[in-house]
Amino acid sequence: MNIVLLADMAAGAAPDRVAVGTRHRGLTNAVLLERAGRAAALIVETGASHVVYAAEASPHLPVALFGAAWAGVPFAPVNYRLADAALVRLIGRLGRALVIGDAGTEARFGPIDAATVLTVEQFAAAVDTRSPTAAPWSDDPEGVAVLLHTSGTSGDPKAAVLRHRHLTSYVLGSVEFLGAAEDEAALVSVPPYHIAGVAAILTGVYGGRRLVQLPSFSPAGWVELARSEQVTHAMTVPTMLTRILDVIDPAVGGDGAGLASVRHLSSGGGRMPVPVIERALGLLPDVDFVNAYGLTETSSSIAVLTPQDHRHALGSDDPVVRARLGSVGRPLPTVEISVRDSSGNELGPGHRGEVWVRGEQVSGEYAGSTSSRPDDGEGWFRTRDEGWFDEGGYLYVEGRLDEVIVRGGENISPGEIEDALLAHPGVAQAAVVGVRDDEWGEVVAAAVVLRSGARVTGGELADWVVAQLRSSRRPVLVEIRSELPVNDTGKLVKRVLRDELGARHHRRRSPTEETPWN
Amino acid sequence: MELRAGMRLRSAVDTTEVVVVRPGSGDVDVRCGGAPMVTATGPAGDSVGEPAAGFDAGTQIGKRYEDVESGVELLCSKPGPGSLSIGERSVPVKETKALPSSD
Repeated sequence: MNIVLLADMAAGAAPDRVAVGTRHRGLTNAVLLERAGRAAALIVETGASHVVYAAEASPHLPVALFGAAWAGVPFAPVNYRLADAALVRLIGRLGRALVIGDAGTEARFGPIDAATVLTVEQFAAAVDTRSPTAAPWSDDPEGVAVLLHTSGTSGDPKAAVLRHRHLTSYVLGSVEFLGAAEDEAALVSVPPYHIAGVAAILTGVYGGRRLVQLPSFSPAGWVELARSEQVTHAMTVPTMLTRILDVIDPAVGGDGAGLASVRHLSSGGGRMPVPVIERALGLLPDVDFVNAYGLTETSSSIAVLTPQDHRHALGSDDPVVRARLGSVGRPLPTVEISVRDSSGNELGPGHRGEVWVRGEQVSGEYAGSTSSRPDDGEGWFRTRDEGWFDEGGYLYVEGRLDEVIVRGGENISPGEIEDALLAHPGVAQAAVVGVRDDEWGEVVAAAVVLRSGARVTGGELADWVVAQLRSSRRPVLVEIRSELPVNDTGKLVKRVLRDELGARHHRRRSPTEETPWN
Repeated sequence: MELRAGMRLRSAVDTTEVVVVRPGSGDVDVRCGGAPMVTATGPAGDSVGEPAAGFDAGTQIGKRYEDVESGVELLCSKPGPGSLSIGERSVPVKETKALPSSD
């Protein structure tokens, strides 16, 4: 099954429903399918082996996505904010690409051999002049639909391969066809090269929920668009949610005007700190909250904490149930999740290990790698995330395995210390990393952003953490900053923080041995 | 016929089209409106007949149909007045649990 069939079904059953854009001027399902057919003709004409989308989100994004699928070539949305050299190298590896970029793109990608380079406007104009292709799309479920470059920690990013069967399995398994009411609209603020940005197009079109795109995230811009476009649904990463809440929360200088049309907010793409979700539930009591866990390699969500789970946890006196506000809920019915030790043995509830997952939506395959299942013959994909199940089958994801802090043999999750810091009334954002230490191997270091007007020192915050947790959790360093290093999807870049805090810790420990390059 | 995941089938008597989500195993006699379905190639045609009595309850677009016995699961991508069966055994709509949106 080809992802184009999802758009074809929507166009067949609800041709006049708006798929993407404003209520009155957006692209309808019928027009989207028709333009995808024209785009397919254009793509075939260029002889492209890949369609690269190197621009901000626009209504032409779904046209290009479905057009590429119809033409039978992989669609590769890439991070247009990468440096020119990195982007040229990445696109150069994709062979004869059709590159769709922002204005100025021709100059950026001119040096790439064998590529056809168009701006989004030129692409749209070229689509207009083509006739819809007469050729049917391929029904081969093994065809590659999307290549997504995941953020590598060093060197060039690697490309996750998502085949038509992965993406359609995810959509069929998690969305009811045209299940959305006609007035529903989803605000998409993650960029096109994020798996949630791709999944939002597919589930939005199939589910019949209009997509409203916010090309460049700012919290005030998000709130304004949500209000003006009567947005009912949205997905954000936790750091975005915090900043959105600041815009509407009168306690921190927000406008207090609420989000009247919003009924459903989901979070993903990073750990949700309990203080943040508690604050959100308090400020937006009528909104259904969903916390989701998924990866690029799993075609988006594999576990969800549902609105009912949130309400149940919030209203419970049982600490185990209450704690579930910080969980990612239970696995989707269509996937299996297993927590394993480093030898691959399955662990019981309460035991931390690596999260493994399998299911029809799980790819775990990278471009250029020979094995489609790199980890074993049973279809399990190792996420490299640390997690554990509680007795009720709720999954807790603590973070990347390589971010766990090992202090004198004791494993410490950054997340619990981040939660403790965020519970302080003066703290707006917090990030915790392990830094190298001669005595303990690794010790805890933190960076925080204070709320405006807050007066608290790093030492006081370290004491606060000890009062909440225990002495081994004490950060040796709590650095107060004006902002934390995040990438453009809002994810903390812990590697940068680890380097910076590590250097500072090292200087403090050995003031006489300060290295000349520091 | 031998089914494959992703294969598209068309009714021989009405406008119904389905996609094979799960092929089951072995040779499967998928019918719509009482007549064996054919592999869909090229653009859809008009209905060319009438569904047989007893196989005329209709198909609904977006619904999944599951035959537990053979393990076959079909997604209706175009609706029609005929209903689906494996041989003479009618294939019911699969009840699916809606999940909250997370994208």
